[in-house]
Amino acid sequence: MKRVPKRTTVDMSTKLGRLEFSSPVFTASGCAAAGKELDQFIDITTIGAVVTKSVMLNPRSGRATPRMAETPSGMLNGIGLQGPGIDDFIQNDLSWLSQKGAKTIVSIAGNNVEEFGKVADKLRDIPGVVAIEVNISCPNVENRGQVFACDPYAAADVINNVRRNVSASIPLFAKLSPDVTDITEIAKSVVKAGADGLSVINTLLGMVIDTDTLLPKLSGKTGGLSGPAIRPVAVRCVYQIRKALPNIPIIGMGGIRNGRDAIEFFAAGANAISVGTTVFNDPEACVRIHDETAEILQEKGIRSLSEIISAAHREDL
Amino acid sequence: MPIVHKGTVVDVKKVGSYFVLTATAADIPKDFKPGNFVAVAIGDERSSLILRRAFSIYQVNDRGVYGGTVDIVVSPHGPGTDYIANLKRNDPINLVGPLGKPFSLPKEPVPCVLVGGGYGAAPLFTLAEALTARGCRVDFILGASTQEKLFGMLEARRISTTLSVTTDDGTSGVMGRVTDVLPDVIKKSGAAVVYACGPMQMLKAVSEVATLHGIVSQTSVEESMACGIGVCMTCVMPIIGEDGVTRMLRSCVDGPAFRGDKVRWDEVGTIPADTWGAPEIGGH
Repeated sequence: MKRVPKRTTVDMSTKLGRLEFSSPVFTASGCAAAGKELDQFIDITTIGAVVTKSVMLNPRSGRATPRMAETPSGMLNGIGLQGPGIDDFIQNDLSWLSQKGAKTIVSIAGNNVEEFGKVADKLRDIPGVVAIEVNISCPNVENRGQVFACDPYAAADVINNVRRNVSASIPLFAKLSPDVTDITEIAKSVVKAGADGLSVINTLLGMVIDTDTLLPKLSGKTGGLSGPAIRPVAVRCVYQIRKALPNIPIIGMGGIRNGRDAIEFFAAGANAISVGTTVFNDPEACVRIHDETAEILQEKGIRSLSEIISAAHREDL
Repeated sequence: MPIVHKGTVVDVKKVGSYFVLTATAADIPKDFKPGNFVAVAIGDERSSLILRRAFSIYQVNDRGVYGGTVDIVVSPHGPGTDYIANLKRNDPINLVGPLGKPFSLPKEPVPCVLVGGGYGAAPLFTLAEALTARGCRVDFILGASTQEKLFGMLEARRISTTLSVTTDDGTSGVMGRVTDVLPDVIKKSGAAVVYACGPMQMLKAVSEVATLHGIVSQTSVEESMACGIGVCMTCVMPIIGEDGVTRMLRSCVDGPAFRGDKVRWDEVGTIPADTWGAPEIGGH
């Protein structure tokens, strides 16, 4: 039996701008492929949305193994955006998701500004795609010195280019990196360039060294750190951005493992959350975290999720 | 369909250098086919080790006193496997399974050689039963670095026509590698298929011997995995497809058993230049 959210008296629906979702829990890009595998464990049409693994213009092999190292309460990954390329992705993965009736947020990536635009252009009028997440912050790209999301101008360039290549009605979410001095500066820059919302945060750049070989464990040397270890960093980033941009829709993510973790993100200002690394531990996590969140709200006598969003910003205490 | 099962440990037995753990597994045994694996969580929902560990299913029982159970073989060599080896009867254990593609079985009742390296032999016993049920002759080769790292000698003897044993240090059987005896076993049994599970270097060597003798090999690989269910893209290997194109395939869902002659053994841990989607320069 595939797990589905339990019925509850708490209104768990949420909004990201004009978009409405029956659940605030989404998958996280890169941790759910394109939904098919997880649909063996949960009914993916009953979670808020499936955020697909970042897709690029052409097929991409990704990096050599080892691609992963376990870390305290987390993991380091350097997959290198392995994927089928946008055409194959639309034909196979998106058509499956749309046939299922899943709400889909497509994550896109590019080696350069133009590639982002080309990938986005292919997504015009594809059924089931409710928004595009623009992955300007993957640490596992060829030129590691140039993560777009680490520079306000480069980040804005990408968003600007994507905006010009998609229909005006499709919301764009820019996925931000925490590896910056002031994340609100990047946030403001991409919003000005046309982002309708923000996905906060991507992985942190990290390294693990094998103490036998004395070499980095990952073939790409550095990788992205994820999991509960990064959660306080993510909550801080959501909080800072919410404070700087009171009305921008935010999808919060970074080490969410249970309902209590989710509530931290909502209170910090997230309108929805993505569950990533935890899915590797628990394939049912998206539904479980939805249920746990609803249960906690119910215990507190809170009738609607919307009541706690941004609650940490109260000035009355 | 794989399930997430919150089970309990029924028994943990020390066998040589290894531990055989039996856990309740609900319906996992009903869907099980030889070659499937389970992914075991380390600790509870607050554990700081969040990645599951994958284990070949060694035995299943779908109608025991405890309902369905599975057996796995654990070789403690790190914090995760140490944790599992130290579990006690009635401890909770969280399993996801059955996972992975099962071994392909021959359509005709042809002779088969099964080669197990250390605890890698674990999935070969249910395979041997399935082959025997189809009328296949089964010959076993078990190898390890030393005697106490051999696994399943008695069982292998019981279900095979012949059993050959090799150890690197000569403490049991022939001193040497499994591939020192494999050509002879293939010739004497008239084998059409070799199945192997064990360390990567052994699988490569077995695959080469099989190819040299013009027969098919099925090799079950043990790549490092983060999820076991096909979503993380960690456990990829360069595999040649039916169309002749090499792709980075996930050993958790496209394997763990691959045809030996389709694996680019010497290039595991690299992206061969002609791989589908390989970078033109530099890397990904």
